[in-house]
Amino acid sequence: MAEPTAHTEAPEGHHAFPPFESQHFPSQLLWLTLTFVLLYLLMSRIALPRVAGIFAARQKRIADDLAAAQGFKERSESANAAYMKSLADARARAQAIANETRARQAAEAKANNQRLEDELNQKLAAAERSIAATRTSAMGNVGKIAEDTAAAIVERLIGVAPSAPDVARAVGEANKR
Amino acid sequence: MTVDPIHQFAIQDIVPLFTIGGRHFAFTNSALYMFIIVILVSALMIAATLPRAIVPGRLQSAAEMSYEFVANTVRASAGTEGMKFFPFVFTLFMFVLFANLIGLIPYSFTVTSQLIVTATLALVVFFIVVIYGFWRNGLKFLKLFVPKGVPVYILPAIVVIEILSFMSRPISHSVRLFANMLAGHITLQVFAGFIIMLAGFGVLGWFGAALPFILVIMLIALEFLVAFLQAYVFAILTCIYLNDAIHPGH
Repeated sequence: MAEPTAHTEAPEGHHAFPPFESQHFPSQLLWLTLTFVLLYLLMSRIALPRVAGIFAARQKRIADDLAAAQGFKERSESANAAYMKSLADARARAQAIANETRARQAAEAKANNQRLEDELNQKLAAAERSIAATRTSAMGNVGKIAEDTAAAIVERLIGVAPSAPDVARAVGEANKR
Repeated sequence: MTVDPIHQFAIQDIVPLFTIGGRHFAFTNSALYMFIIVILVSALMIAATLPRAIVPGRLQSAAEMSYEFVANTVRASAGTEGMKFFPFVFTLFMFVLFANLIGLIPYSFTVTSQLIVTATLALVVFFIVVIYGFWRNGLKFLKLFVPKGVPVYILPAIVVIEILSFMSRPISHSVRLFANMLAGHITLQVFAGFIIMLAGFGVLGWFGAALPFILVIMLIALEFLVAFLQAYVFAILTCIYLNDAIHPGH
């Protein structure tokens, strides 16, 4: 504080304390009124309605977006339900087709088997018949062979060929035992 | 550099205008700062909200926060009906807040450190309360001075006290703001003066100057708080007084 009163231009009374200098009051009141009213008009006419409008627009935007989101959600849910339904339908249809096919194939296979079995049975029967015929003829041949063999053995043993009816009778008796 | 702590409150004529009936009118430094306040508040509230962005930028956010802050204050202390005074309270709050904050810039002028300014604002509030109170409630407004549930024998004393406290409202309302601004700025200037004084004493003085320097930094932070707080107090007291005009029954 080298020069304590350097800035108080007039040391006498009327510069005592600036906020209380009443000679400035008229100017202060004039400009305060002007600026305050101006600011009030600017705020109440322009600024505050605009900010309120911004809030309202934001609120509306949020509500609209939420409603749209709700709509999309409902649509996706119904689409999901439709998909589930068509999936179930397709599954049921596939099941039906599979069952039908399985039944048809089973029937066809059964028919095939039946036919084959019949064929085989026929063949078997034919084979058995031919075996039996063969055996009968073979058995017939066996008697003849036995007679021939017995005649040959007898001829060798006694040097005389027995008559065919004797041999046949003897073989027949031997076969009966 | 001014070391005189009072000098910052001095009003200087920039353009002398006219004299009516011995009253001198001039465009002063105080008037200049009043216009700066109007310009800055308008820049925040009008220019920054021009984009009307759904997702606000920083300044628009600040404007919206100011709006909501004051709107909530009015709604909380004066009710929904008090919202008709919202533009007035908002203007008052922004005017005082910007006056206080601009005053913290070194070498600037603090409009609210002038008692005539704060007294005018407080008287405007006072007369709005009185006029609106009688206009809305008629003579029932006088119930404001007759609290319910008070025994009859002390009622006269209570009524006198209530009337006195009501009449002293503009004084406390205006002096609180004025004195806070005045005292804060004087304190800042005095401590800042200490820095310069001590630093003039050479190297040892520099160390000595560190103490007031730290104090000034802390005081500046405090003054920012006070600047906001006093604007808020001014606005909320206005709301409470307006609430009396709207709902005079205690």
